[in-house]
Amino acid sequence: MEQLLDDVLEMYGYDFSDYTKASMHRRISRLMVLDRFPSFAEFRYKLRTNEDYLKRFVEEVTVNVTEMFRDPAFYATLREQILPAIASKPFIRIWHAGCSTGEEVYSTAILLKEANLLHKSLIYATDINPEVIKKAKDGILPLGYMKDYSENYIASGGKEDFSKYYTAKYDRVKINESLLERVIYSTHNLVSDSSFNEFQLIMCRNVLIYFNKDLQNKVLTLFDGSLENLGYIALGSKETLKFSAISGRYKQVGKDKIWKKQKEA
Amino acid sequence: MEETKGSIAKLILIGGSAGSLDALLKILPAVHPAFRQSIVIVLHRKFSNDNILTGLLSVRTKLKVCEIEEKDIIRPGYVYIAPGDYHLLFEKDHSFSLDDSEKVNYSRPSIDVAFQSAADAFGDSLICILLSGANADGTEGCKYVKEKGGVTVAQLPRSAEVAYMPSQAIASKVVDYVLDIDGIIDFINKL
Ligand SMILES: C[S@@+](CC[C@H](N)C(=O)[O-])C[C@H]1O[C@@H](n2cnc3c(N)ncnc32)[C@H](O)[C@@H]1O
Repeated sequence: MEQLLDDVLEMYGYDFSDYTKASMHRRISRLMVLDRFPSFAEFRYKLRTNEDYLKRFVEEVTVNVTEMFRDPAFYATLREQILPAIASKPFIRIWHAGCSTGEEVYSTAILLKEANLLHKSLIYATDINPEVIKKAKDGILPLGYMKDYSENYIASGGKEDFSKYYTAKYDRVKINESLLERVIYSTHNLVSDSSFNEFQLIMCRNVLIYFNKDLQNKVLTLFDGSLENLGYIALGSKETLKFSAISGRYKQVGKDKIWKKQKEA
Repeated sequence: MEETKGSIAKLILIGGSAGSLDALLKILPAVHPAFRQSIVIVLHRKFSNDNILTGLLSVRTKLKVCEIEEKDIIRPGYVYIAPGDYHLLFEKDHSFSLDDSEKVNYSRPSIDVAFQSAADAFGDSLICILLSGANADGTEGCKYVKEKGGVTVAQLPRSAEVAYMPSQAIASKVVDYVLDIDGIIDFINKL
């Protein structure tokens, strides 16, 4: 597996060597089965000789599972504590790093809209995988998911009629354009790309679980350098900033996986 | 933040679905308090609040019970609970990884996924126990565990609230020992 990841780095510049071994191993085995490779050697050969296949590799080894208002309690805290704390800023910048197909971005946009902050906000939505960024931009979701998402929305403290945020057509829905006007989408690789702005809130949920500790530290340091004083970093429900290189300057907000950057001493 | 490689000799990985909580509530209190191996529990469950389960189990045993966070190092004498909505994976340095990829056997965590990953990391130091359940999850995992030299145990189907899960594994001939609750307790305490 190490050889394969070396190939991918050398030939295409994607560095997966600091992803957790167990997960990478699973994703690669799964892809080999899906695409019916009889041996690892043939898989490696295909990847070395076929640039189009690299695209598929990147799409499939990354895990893109996501939901709207995933972990409703997290969004309740965002709504009740975090957004009010940054509301007085003349201009709000939020970064969703590893935004996958955009469900998280739509959720944040809804919260901003309801807090009457969306017009003065910009949401930067980035991911390593160009395919999910394309989908996030389209804002089209299967109608069948809406029941769960609407329940999540209500559990997170949403009071509006959730269905007003999209229009349904056949078995799909389209998220309202007006919610997505303030979103900027781009590919961005947390492993190799640098900081591109200063934010009040950086959300990177369920991405660090795929990275080893060294890479986690590197990425958290990148976030630290992209965050204003008194800004917030939000992680996934099983992730922590606790033992990381930047933990000294951060204080956890309640029990949620949200940390606030403290003023310089 | 360098942590040393975990130093556990054996890993006991317990998988359960419908009806397995009852079994666990009998097994855990009977495990000897001085038990020096590590126990990891992977359950299918409806409620997503993990603290409930951890609470339920921790009041019934002297062993330390904790909910897994990603990258935790596996320590001897601990009972670890896999969180809901993530697959549980094991690293060769004896730490946990979590993965929120697609459900397997309609489940996340999936028992197959956890068993297979543990087999890769622990080989013949792994003991997997499959409890009550209505799902075929676990059978593929047991097969793989045996290939890697580990030991597999299934709850005696007629002692299980829902026999399907252990029965599936037994029928597939991937189980070394078939034991009732007392048998499982004995087995663990003799490790
Ligand atoms: C499991 S999804 C999480 C989606 C969303 N944040 C959530 O919690 O629901 C993980 C995402 O991280 C992205 N990702 C993985 N490695 C990355 C990297 N090096 N840079 C940026 N994004 C990455 C994947 O493409 C995937 O879309």
